[in-house]
Order: sequence, then C-alpha cells, then structure tokens
Amino acid sequence: MSNSKILANGVDVYYGSKQALFGISMDIKEKEVTALIGPSGCGKSTFLRCINRMNDLIEICKVSGSIKVDNEEIISSSTDVVSLRSKIGMVFQKPNPFPKSIFDNVAYGPTIHGLVESKNDLEEIVHSSLKKAGLFNEVKDRLNEPGTSLSGGQQQRLCIARAIAVNPEIILMDEPCSALDPIATAIIEELIDELRLNYTIVIVTHSMQQAARVSQKTSFFHLGELIETGDTKKIFTNPDNSKTQDYITGRFG
Amino acid sequence: MFFWSLVLIAVGIFSSFIYGRSRIKLNSKKQGTKSKSLPNYYAQYVLMWCLFPALIVYFSWAIFQEQIIQNIVISNFEFIEGAAYNEGLLIAEIRNVANNPSFAEGKSIEIINAASHYSSLRQISQISFYTSIIIIMLLGALYASQKLKPEFHAQHTIERYIQYILIFCSSVAIFTTIGIVFSLIFESLRFFAEVSIFEFLFSTEWYPFIPIREGQTAAEGSFGAVPIFAGTFLVMVVAMCVAAPLGLLTAIYLAEYASQRVRKIVKPLLEILAGIPTIVYGFFAFVSVAPFVKAFGQSIGIDASPTSALAAGMVMGVMIIPFISSLSDDVINSVPQSLREGSFGIGANKAETIKKVILPAALPGIVGAFLLAISRAIGETMIVVVAAGTAPNLTGNPFENVTTVTVQIVVALIGDQEFDNPRTLSAFALGLVLFVITLFLNIIALQIVKRYRERYE
Repeated sequence: MSNSKILANGVDVYYGSKQALFGISMDIKEKEVTALIGPSGCGKSTFLRCINRMNDLIEICKVSGSIKVDNEEIISSSTDVVSLRSKIGMVFQKPNPFPKSIFDNVAYGPTIHGLVESKNDLEEIVHSSLKKAGLFNEVKDRLNEPGTSLSGGQQQRLCIARAIAVNPEIILMDEPCSALDPIATAIIEELIDELRLNYTIVIVTHSMQQAARVSQKTSFFHLGELIETGDTKKIFTNPDNSKTQDYITGRFG
Repeated sequence: MFFWSLVLIAVGIFSSFIYGRSRIKLNSKKQGTKSKSLPNYYAQYVLMWCLFPALIVYFSWAIFQEQIIQNIVISNFEFIEGAAYNEGLLIAEIRNVANNPSFAEGKSIEIINAASHYSSLRQISQISFYTSIIIIMLLGALYASQKLKPEFHAQHTIERYIQYILIFCSSVAIFTTIGIVFSLIFESLRFFAEVSIFEFLFSTEWYPFIPIREGQTAAEGSFGAVPIFAGTFLVMVVAMCVAAPLGLLTAIYLAEYASQRVRKIVKPLLEILAGIPTIVYGFFAFVSVAPFVKAFGQSIGIDASPTSALAAGMVMGVMIIPFISSLSDDVINSVPQSLREGSFGIGANKAETIKKVILPAALPGIVGAFLLAISRAIGETMIVVVAAGTAPNLTGNPFENVTTVTVQIVVALIGDQEFDNPRTLSAFALGLVLFVITLFLNIIALQIVKRYRERYE
C-alpha cells in the first residue's frame, strides 16, 4: 500500500452564502491517478482548486476544514502559497499557453522560481519537460514560435510541460481533454499513464470512460458531497452506493 | 413657416398610419384572406411613403429657397451705371428693408422696389411650399395604398426601408468627415498657392504678419511651421511623461489589485476627470501650475517664463490620464482569466504574473491606448491656448513658452479677417497637418487594438 499524499478532512467551501462543498474527507495516494467524477456543478472542480489554493483568486470564496499535503496543513493563512503551488502543477480545462514562445512558456516556471543557474540548465529543463510531455519531437525545430500557434492538443501538452518544468510532485488536471478531439485525447491519456510513475495525479473528468481508462482510484461527487470513493474497478463494476450506480449506468448526470 | 410645416407633417404621419391600418384590415376582410404581415407593417409602409418624399422636399426647400430668391432679386435689380455695388451688402440691405419697412426711409427707389419684389417672392415660395408638401404626401400615400393587398409582404419591404434609413444615418457621419477633409484640402491649396510647401514644412521662421495697408513694409510674412510642430511635440512629450506612468499604473491597480468596491468608486471618479471642460484645465494650468513651475524653475536656477510648455503639458497629462487608465484597464481586464490561473498555478506571485504574463498579453492594447491619448493631446486646444503661450519658439527647454498647432490656428482665426490672405489661410494648412497626424495615429492605434482583440475573442 502506497503512502497518502493528500489528506482532506471535513472541507467546506462557500461561494458567498452558497455552500458548494459539504465536509469532504478524502485520502489521495502517492503516485496514483485519482479521478473525480460527477455531474456538472457537483463541486469536483472546486475541490480540486482547494488543493493548490486556486480558490484564493475568487474573492467571495471561503474554504474551511483541513487539507494536508505531505502532512503539512495548507488551509491556513500562514501557508506559503507560492511554494505550495510550485509543488503542485495544474492543467486547465482550456489550454492556456502564455502569449510567449514555446520555449518561454516552459521556461517561465523555472525562471521565476530561480531553479536554474545558467542558460544551458534552462535549456535542459525545457527540453526534458517537453520530452516528458511527449511534445519535444513535434516542436523541437520551432521552439521560438508562439505557443498559441500550436494545435489544441499540442497546446495542452505544452501546458503539461509547463507544469512539470518546476518539478512538482502533484499534478492537478481540471477536465484536461474536454476541449480536445478524440485523437488528442488519446495522446493525453497515454501521457497521464506514463506520468503516474513519477507524479501524483488528480484529474477531474466528465467522461466516465476516461476515468475508467486512466485512474486507479475514483471519487464520485454529487451536489457538493463526496458520495463514494474507492478503487476505480470497484466503483465502475460494483459500487456500494446506489447513487453511484445510477450515475455510472447513465441514469442521471 | 417652420412650426406649421411640422404640424402638417405630424398630421400626415398620424393620419397615414391610421389610414394604412384600417385599409389593410378592410381589404383582407373583403378578400377573406389573412394578410401576410401584421396590420401595423402596412400602416408603417403607408407612413413611410407619406413621410419621406415630403421630408426630402422640405429639406431641399429649406436649403435652396433663400438662395434662389436672392438670385432672382439680384438678376432683376436695376443697377445704376457707374455705381459700385457689393453684392453681399446689397442683399443684406434688401432683406432688411423687406423684413422691416421702417428701414426703407432714405433708401433708393431701386432698393425699395427690390425689397417688395423679395417679399412677394417669399410669399409665393411659402404658398407653393405648403401646397407641394401636401401634394407630395397625398401622392405618396396614394401610391402606397395601391399596394395594400393581403398578399403583399409589407414586413419585408419595411425591413428593407429601415435598412436604407440606417445606412443613410451612418453615412451622414462619413460624408461629413469627407466634406471636412475636402474643405481643409481646398483651403490649404489656396494657402500653398501663396506660400511654398517647403517653406511651410521646413523653414523655422514663423511670423504670420502680413501688411494690412498697402505700402506697409514693416512686416513681411514668413510661414515656417517647424517651431510650431516642435512646440506641439514638446507639450505632447511632457503630457505623456505625466500620463503614461500614472495612467498605466492606475489601470494595473484597478484591474489587478483593487477590490470590486474600490473599483466601483474609483473608475467613475477617473471618468469624471475626462468630463471636465478643457478650458477649466486651462485656467487651472495658468493660475495654479504655471506659477508653481516658474517658482520651481527659479529655485533650481532656470529662468522660467510665466507660461511654459511644462505647465501646459503637465495639466494636459492629467487630462489624458483617464483615457489611458480606462482603456488600459479594459484591455488588462480582457486578458483571459485562464492566463492568470496558469501563471498562479505554477507558483508565480502577483507581481511576476502581471509583469511577465498580463502586461505582455495586454501590450498591443496598451500601446493602442497610448496612441489614442497622444492624438488627443496633439489635438487639444484650450489648455495650451491659456497656458503654453503664443510665441513660436524653437526650443527643447520645457520651461520656456512654446506654441502649438492648435494655438496658432486659434490665433490665425481671431479677429475679423477675410479668408483671402496667407495669415488666415495658414490655419487650414496647420489644421490639415494636425488632421493627417491624428488620423494616422488613430488608424495605427485602432489597428493594433483590433489585432489584439482578434487574438483573444
């Protein structure tokens, strides 16, 4: 049994006076892919964004409860958000490369965190990140072209490369394939499977097939509550909760 | 005449609408079929045919009537051999006598005859005006009423007419611009017929004084506009030095740091700044800022004049802050939130995100905002008239007084002078230069802003 990497305990989230998450407790294991599934508006993205404190950006959002990453509490005003986020990469629903060259997109993280001493180091990090994201061979001759000139799937892999360039331990993915075509989706899914050897991955997805294909653990959210969490195989074949059963068989959602 | 014709047209509008509505209902009842469009569209159809031809007649009458009457009166006027006449004065005299019979005393018999001719022509004109308006309205309504059959698609036709009206309205602004440009060009050509274009653009002496009386040789005009362009440029540079940093930093604060509440208060406040009449800025510059600049200049050992490029430029800078801050704020706000999240997600802090992601993304739009502000600064008149001075002074020292293109245009047009000497005509040449410069700045700015929008929307 692997170690727990993220440990959530009784997490409540409010948007203004509206409660979006109700006492979420969850144990996310190291070097596994955990999928968060559930109908739209069930709070799975909100929970994901608690893990790297992304909800701080929303003025009216209030988070309470406890989330521990590597046994360190992160829901606290004394948390160093910058170092937390450098440890937790994030990939968004829509590919969001910066309006910079492909090289600079990947180099952005290492540069602001001062991870590199020399230009050669930087080049090495950029190349290896692009290789890990499976993009290097496609772009190695045009690293100076703008990141926005790539196709949607390539842009998303560029964003993955950008996230892993700062050497994170956890990667959060918020519906990373929802804006992509099936071929690009298949490439990203393969990539997720490789990345899991080195990173702990939490992925929010609308596609149950995707959850079944890429994840080892699956958690089902409904109306802001965590209904059931467990091995992906079990959730998809023999769930304990009847709501989970209804959702995965397509009776609602 | 004006009032009663409006009443006439209003009656026409009302009755044609009612008529069209009841007529189509009657017709469709007679045929036993439902009309293709709602009754109101048929009513509008009749209304438009009743109204627009009448309006065209109305306006052409208003524009041409006086001119035509005057021409007839003048061509019938019994000129006395040997006497010199000024046509403009003559017309004015005739009209005065016609409008107010008490002026007739002591006027020559020719004038009095012409005046009565004038009055009778006016009367004829008025009567025929009313009759033709009424006839045109009736004809229009008649034509339209023939079409009031249930199988006629009134709605389609109305929509086409409305499209014509919209096209007409939008072309008014365009044609006005074209008209202004042409008048600028023609008057400038008259100026350049007397002053060489090379002297105007490259010579550095600006003494636009021409002899008023014949034989007065003390002043020879000289029209080298370089000092004026230089002064304009200097004031603009000072203004941008004030407005660019203040405006941009304000925009960054508003867009990235301010809470919703602060934003809601501060943004309208800044926009009020844009609503202050520029003459108010002008005397603020003259009364408060210029003496301060002078005192400051003296304290560091520079002899500053009471009106200076610095005072005018600084106040102008304050004036254009809202342009820059408001436009830049919009641009920064339209940088997608996903870029901010991407940057924060990597662990960047706010300053890094703004400096390395948001500003580069917003840069084209910000440049566009700057260019628009510059063109605004170049075209600004009142502040510089009051606070910069009128002496053409080729200098790079902002403590001295300089003059700008707009100021020289004002100076050239002040006083009652005919538009037949280079001094007044120079206003048009300067205006043309100003227009060309701001036009290019605006085109470039809008192009940049557009390209930026395409990238993110």
